[in-house]
Amino acid sequence: MNTKTTVEIKEIKARKKLSDLFFENLTLVFALMIIGLVVFIIYEMFMDSKLSREIFGFGFIFSQDWNPVKDKFGALTFVYGTLISSIIALAISLPVSIGVAVYLSELAANVFKTAISFLIEILAAIPSIVYGFWGIFVLAPFMRTTVQPFLQSTLGFLPIFQGNAVGFGLLTAGIILAIMVTPIITAITRDVLKAIPTSQREAAYALGATKWEAIKMALLNAKGGILGATVLGLGRAVGETMAVTMVIGNKAQIKASLFEPSYSMASVIANEFAEASGGLHISSLIEVGLILFAVTFIINSFARLLIYSFTRKTEAK
Amino acid sequence: MEDYYLKVSKGHTDRRKLKSRLMIILCYVAAAMAILPLLYIFFYTTMQGASSLNIDFFTELPKPVGESGGGMANAILGTLILVALGSVIGIPVGIFAGIYITEYSKSIFANVIKFVTDVLSGIPSIIIGIFAYGLIVIPMKSFSAYAGGFALGVLMIPTITRITEEMLKLVPHSLREAALALGIPRWKTTLRIVLRTAQSGIITGVLLAIARAAGETAPLLFTSFGNSFWSTSLDSPMASIPVQIFNYAISPYDEWHSKAWAGAFVLISLVFVVSLIVRLATRNKFSQTA
Repeated sequence: MNTKTTVEIKEIKARKKLSDLFFENLTLVFALMIIGLVVFIIYEMFMDSKLSREIFGFGFIFSQDWNPVKDKFGALTFVYGTLISSIIALAISLPVSIGVAVYLSELAANVFKTAISFLIEILAAIPSIVYGFWGIFVLAPFMRTTVQPFLQSTLGFLPIFQGNAVGFGLLTAGIILAIMVTPIITAITRDVLKAIPTSQREAAYALGATKWEAIKMALLNAKGGILGATVLGLGRAVGETMAVTMVIGNKAQIKASLFEPSYSMASVIANEFAEASGGLHISSLIEVGLILFAVTFIINSFARLLIYSFTRKTEAK
Repeated sequence: MEDYYLKVSKGHTDRRKLKSRLMIILCYVAAAMAILPLLYIFFYTTMQGASSLNIDFFTELPKPVGESGGGMANAILGTLILVALGSVIGIPVGIFAGIYITEYSKSIFANVIKFVTDVLSGIPSIIIGIFAYGLIVIPMKSFSAYAGGFALGVLMIPTITRITEEMLKLVPHSLREAALALGIPRWKTTLRIVLRTAQSGIITGVLLAIARAAGETAPLLFTSFGNSFWSTSLDSPMASIPVQIFNYAISPYDEWHSKAWAGAFVLISLVFVVSLIVRLATRNKFSQTA
């Protein structure tokens, strides 16, 4: 009685096909939502910054004026603040990150490896507001009383280390950012180093290389991936908002000294957006956001390409 | 002549050995340098936060300046509501998109979607805030929990998509083949067998995304804004722990600072506990593949 006729089997197959088709398309819809979202974000920021783009044109990026009272807006000071603080962050973070990654992949005992990897994971997950808060009450006073006077007395002849030691400024923002991007660069660099075959190191040792020479060779082979990690860290630093807002000093100016307060693209949006009154003010802030988006987009795409091509290369080996 | 070469090469070898030792010591120093600020932040926040943390913090409303006591109860509730709203958007989109990328990855779209997910994860959170402002706050003419929750949801999507993708990839192909061989339709195989096998990994990924979202400040500044009273209506401004910490941190009052430390301590503890769970849950999986 249980035997099914061919017609019934055909029916079951058809139903199966239909439900499969439905499910595949359902997941596709959700996947397409992500694309739609990104496209919509770009579209909306483009439309909402129309007023500012029409009035200021390309001059917006090159103007230092930022005066909500007179309705004069230009983004140069914020672009400057974002770039310099991010560069300081990378200059500090890159050597440290590579050192930690080498330690984790080549030197550390297993117990330390897990413990430190775990600590670095937490470091990456701590909210930026906590970093910023710590920055206000611990790092900035420490910079004012110890680091900045020290830099002034030793390297004070350089214009970047002159001026008042206030504690809040570009240098402090750069250091906070360095602490925040180190886990990102470290984690990827460690993975990249792990992808380099052990046989290469063994070959180096067999030729009489010292430990460092073997490590250096691994690092040279991993340089594409490390560059990708660095660029990804840069993308993170450029977009970081709260921690920077809390320590950068929030003053729209371009000064040679790294001790001077400055302002970043993300922090001007964070500080002024909710209270912006005029349409032009909001529109200008959104245009700053658009510039920020474009910069992070280019940086991140570049980083992903580097990392993709690196992993493909090592997988092929 | 031969002696000469021997001498030169011996000095050379010594130098190389010395350099090797020096560089390796530098790596240890770097490791110490990276961990030091973490431990400092961790212990400092714990010391400052734990001392001002009490029952009132979880049950009382914030008090105005000058009055002692009070807590952040409304902000805690607000964060819970906002994260729940975010989860409603972030979890289904993230998981289904992750399923699409791994299970139907033969199509060209999968790679495009992977790339766009990476783009989305790289967009600064403040820009997601602007997006939610334009999409929800302007039409509703008011800051609202909807806008804040939406922003958090968008931020959760890439994390969840990525982790779903990673976890589904770990499920052996033989499992899918066995299910299909038994005549189970593909969608049922995916939902009942593949997804269930990867369940614990995906849940930890979702937890991670939730912990991250709970600490987000920038996208909430001009979406859910803030509120010093109880608020459960989704179409009005809502308090949240991170925004409250920000407002207190930049204020000049010591009383508020200690409240903010308590809030920071709560956030850090959340991150710590979730990271620990993720570690323990994924440990076996990763050691299997490695």
